[in-house]
Amino acid sequence: MKTRYTEEHEWITQNDDVFTIGITDYAQEQLGDIVFVQLPEIDSEINKDEELSCIESVKAAGEVQSPISGIVLEVNNDLDGEPELINDSAEDLGWLCKIKCTDHSEFNSLMDAHQYQAFLRQLS
Amino acid sequence: MVPFAGYEMPVSYPSGIIREHQHTREHAGLFDVSHMGQILIEGDHCAEILETILPSDLISLPLRKLRYSLLLNEQGGILDDLIVLRTDPDRFILVVNAGCKHQDLQHLKTTLGNQLNISMVPGNSLLALQGPESASVMQSLGQQVSDMGFMQNRDMNLADIACNVSRSGYTGEDGFEISVEDRLADPLAEILLADERVMWAGLGARDSLRMEAGLNLYGQEMNDSLTPLDAGVFWAISKSRRPDGRQPGGFVGSEAIFDALSRPQEKKLVGLVPEGRVPLRGGVELLDQADNPIGHVTSGGYSPSLSHPICLAIIDSRHSAIGNTIYASVRNRQIPTTVSTLPFVKHRYHRVPDNLKK
Repeated sequence: MKTRYTEEHEWITQNDDVFTIGITDYAQEQLGDIVFVQLPEIDSEINKDEELSCIESVKAAGEVQSPISGIVLEVNNDLDGEPELINDSAEDLGWLCKIKCTDHSEFNSLMDAHQYQAFLRQLS
Repeated sequence: MVPFAGYEMPVSYPSGIIREHQHTREHAGLFDVSHMGQILIEGDHCAEILETILPSDLISLPLRKLRYSLLLNEQGGILDDLIVLRTDPDRFILVVNAGCKHQDLQHLKTTLGNQLNISMVPGNSLLALQGPESASVMQSLGQQVSDMGFMQNRDMNLADIACNVSRSGYTGEDGFEISVEDRLADPLAEILLADERVMWAGLGARDSLRMEAGLNLYGQEMNDSLTPLDAGVFWAISKSRRPDGRQPGGFVGSEAIFDALSRPQEKKLVGLVPEGRVPLRGGVELLDQADNPIGHVTSGGYSPSLSHPICLAIIDSRHSAIGNTIYASVRNRQIPTTVSTLPFVKHRYHRVPDNLKK
């Protein structure tokens, strides 16, 4: 499994043609206590940079744009009752959705963990 | 940290808004509100003269008592909301919003400056200790406060630091607002925080607490084109200064407000509870069943005490009946919201029966 990152602080993990997407620990920390997550509809077709999800915290609303194009296979329904899963476990239990995508070029063009860490250092 | 009225203010401390909020409701939160303005007004016939611009009964205001009041323009619009404290027969302190303090001072000087001495109180910090355990925290610092009621003021030493303390706040909870010399503010905060019942709380918790308590924020529920009737603060106009009072009117804006009183009310401040969990923020448009715009959310967010979203809104009063459903337009979705009673969370102020007051 490979994981890539975006400048908008999303992570995306590849498992064959299935990509799991979430927001990074850095992003959840910036948002603060998360109280609501709007998830995409299953089977919906999504294009890169389209709104995938909206994450509402006590401070603000954060829009998550899809880092790749594809079909929504699965969403993390646990977030309905427990949106704070993203605060507790942004890069594991707090995943948002899974997208099926056969063209891996968009994924491959994203930052790897090393590059993302460098990107974060540059922000601080 | 965020910029707020020219100050760098923490939205939250490391524990986060929800914990700070809950801690304040259950124990005691400490807020640095030093950005607020304190304006000193003194001179002969101070109460009578102040009554020409404030809609409150100040002549009969007892010493060391606070009253919530409003600065109004000729059209009855709200220029600021404030707390007025009478420290001496001819000496008052107005505690005003940070974002308005310079223009308030200017306004007061322009209108009353030839009759009264008006100046900003320099060099004071203001700490607000809020929550049900605030009084016992004060007690453990050597102060007996059980006979001090809500909206009363007293000079006292807290661990040998000279303070001026009001039993007041902006959370709906019992609590104290402590004015202290700037150089002693840090040591006082450290003494208060050494008590395990006390936790720092930032602007985020201050906002969610006041929303639950149904308390207006200037710039959101109030501005210079909304009257006290629109903004749900008509109660700030003392009974004696109303049309049927013993000393009606005579304050800036009174004619416009009395005129508005004689007509059906157009706008009303209401509480709203949205269906589901999407927090509605200030500015969201509200619609009736037929999609006609009827107003806006003025403040909104997640209520940590109730675990669901809440809002304050100013809407067409024909839709303001408790239990009525109206619709919020968010990201191309319409979210049903129910008009609810305010406050969302009951106030728990400390009232002292008259016979026990000092």
